[in-house]
Amino acid sequence: MTEDPNLLNDEMEPEPHHLVEAGQALQDKFSEVITSFDVICEELILNVARQGLLAVLAYLRDDEGCRFAQLIDICGVDYPDRDERFEVVYQLLSLKYNARVRVKVSTDENTPVSSVSALFSSAPWFEREVWDMYGIMFDGLVDHRRILTDYGFDGHPLRKDFPLTGNVEVRYDEEQKRVVYGPVSLPQDFRVFDNMSPWEAMTDVQLPGDEKAGENPHMPKVGWNPSSKAVE
Amino acid sequence: MSEAVAQKADIQADVSEEVHIKPYTMNFGPQHPAAHGVLRLVLEMDGEVVERADPHIGLLHRGTEKLIEYKTYMQALPYFDRLDYVSPMNQEHAFALAVERLLGLEVPERAQYIRVLFCELTRILNHVLNITTFALDVGAITPALWGFEEREKGMEFYDRVCGARLHANYVRPGGVAMDLPAGLLEDMSVWVDHFPSVLKDLDSLLTENRIFKQRTVDIGVVSQAQALDWGFTGPNIRASGLAWDLRKSQPYDVYDRMEFDVPVGTTGDCYARYLVRMEEMRQSLRIMKQCIKDMPQGLVKTNDYKVCPPPRAEMKNSMEALIHHFKLFTEGVHVPAGETYTAVEAPKGEFGVYLVSDGTNRPYRCHIRAPGFAHLQGLDFMSKGHMLADVVANIGSLDIVFGEIDR
Repeated sequence: MTEDPNLLNDEMEPEPHHLVEAGQALQDKFSEVITSFDVICEELILNVARQGLLAVLAYLRDDEGCRFAQLIDICGVDYPDRDERFEVVYQLLSLKYNARVRVKVSTDENTPVSSVSALFSSAPWFEREVWDMYGIMFDGLVDHRRILTDYGFDGHPLRKDFPLTGNVEVRYDEEQKRVVYGPVSLPQDFRVFDNMSPWEAMTDVQLPGDEKAGENPHMPKVGWNPSSKAVE
Repeated sequence: MSEAVAQKADIQADVSEEVHIKPYTMNFGPQHPAAHGVLRLVLEMDGEVVERADPHIGLLHRGTEKLIEYKTYMQALPYFDRLDYVSPMNQEHAFALAVERLLGLEVPERAQYIRVLFCELTRILNHVLNITTFALDVGAITPALWGFEEREKGMEFYDRVCGARLHANYVRPGGVAMDLPAGLLEDMSVWVDHFPSVLKDLDSLLTENRIFKQRTVDIGVVSQAQALDWGFTGPNIRASGLAWDLRKSQPYDVYDRMEFDVPVGTTGDCYARYLVRMEEMRQSLRIMKQCIKDMPQGLVKTNDYKVCPPPRAEMKNSMEALIHHFKLFTEGVHVPAGETYTAVEAPKGEFGVYLVSDGTNRPYRCHIRAPGFAHLQGLDFMSKGHMLADVVANIGSLDIVFGEIDR
């Protein structure tokens, strides 16, 4: 068992300007592959080009000033309107510096993303889940089976165009004396209630005649902010 | 002489040919009392020695993440109770903190204390369940019988505060659902004072128990480097000697005011994981005591009626309150566009919520990072070279619950 005395150091408090500086430094170092970085909710997000993923993650893991030794999570996000509809999001944790960083790459249905399973042993299951849920392929992933869905499942359920009810259901067939698969048949149509309304102060839209609401000092700071948007 | 040696070598060759058993594949579960739910393990065995363990998971997959995308933030909350169903409030806490972070919302102090109090109660309930069932897996029945009685007393507090023993739906974005009922803190205080005797009983049954130690010491050893590499968190990483606790390192709510120690194991085996959990319960009792002692008066949810519903009494007289109530329970709260990964120290490890909001009343994406998912992945390397019965000990010591792994 190796003992690293520097492994734990919780003196460093993550501060937003630290994050901006750290993001800038990383982008300067990897100017070709880190396309941009954001700091949202005091969290650093690196947007990385697909071909540079392994280099960036290896650097983040091994560099003395980063030491993001733990790959906490990988997940996918589906944005059907984009050219490359999928995002793969990596959450890294540095125990040494008590810091987190998020790395994102984008891809589409046909373009594989490099598997990070050679860098982090925790990666294979996370990547299998992303493959299962979104159909994103991973180049170099040895065990590319599905993980959460049924044996022989068809489709990738977390895609935005996959129906919430699914496509197949199972039932016990009395004649065949076994569980059989069939198409989903629900007695009631799928209903989705769109409760969004531009009415009153719950929304992001400013209504005509409501312009002065923002001047009220008693208005809450959260939720609707009348100065943020105006009706075009 | 040389003839004898040659003869001996011949005999050895014969014997080794005879005892050589072709590795065979064994199925374990999905319905097995030691599988802690619906785990199907495909084991490649060399005799009784495990060569490879391949967990087949997903038998409890309910599509929680997909369902949450179709619900408002308030409707999404109860799904978190149903992930790790032995520590519901910690998971609600993670979701509530994520939503609050996106909203930029401050939570009243009393609500924060109540949350911490109940999170620590949940941690004790979780560890009691884990330790006793773990002991059951390795052959001890009494801890389960004794421990579950105490667990039931703890769940009574759940019942009294929110009306349900398990699926609480109590920790909400902006605070907690309702205030503590009268007398609850006093009764909890009595329970907290009584509980160390329960721990002492468990201690006397297990800690120096010869059989228990034979089944757990040096079984499933996880080194520090392995624990980091495989994404271990919570008691499982601490048992390997890393003093990493999100309550200390990235404190949320009022954990930074609490005085408690982080127990650390030295050996990283099943026994160390058991010892860490036992000590964590004592530390949780300390935190609960401090919460009960310092519990401030005041609001239990934010008075921003765009996020939390107004009090019932106010709705009888105030038109505005009625409108807010109606809008909250139909349209729900609009969370500003953005994204966050918010993690809490759940009893099993780091439970994280990656929440992407597009500014509407529903989450665009809500990914749930379950600690058990990473831990179960490590079962393969932990079990390699061990006996079949040790796989059961490993599963028990990892604290696996399928609600959160399969989601």
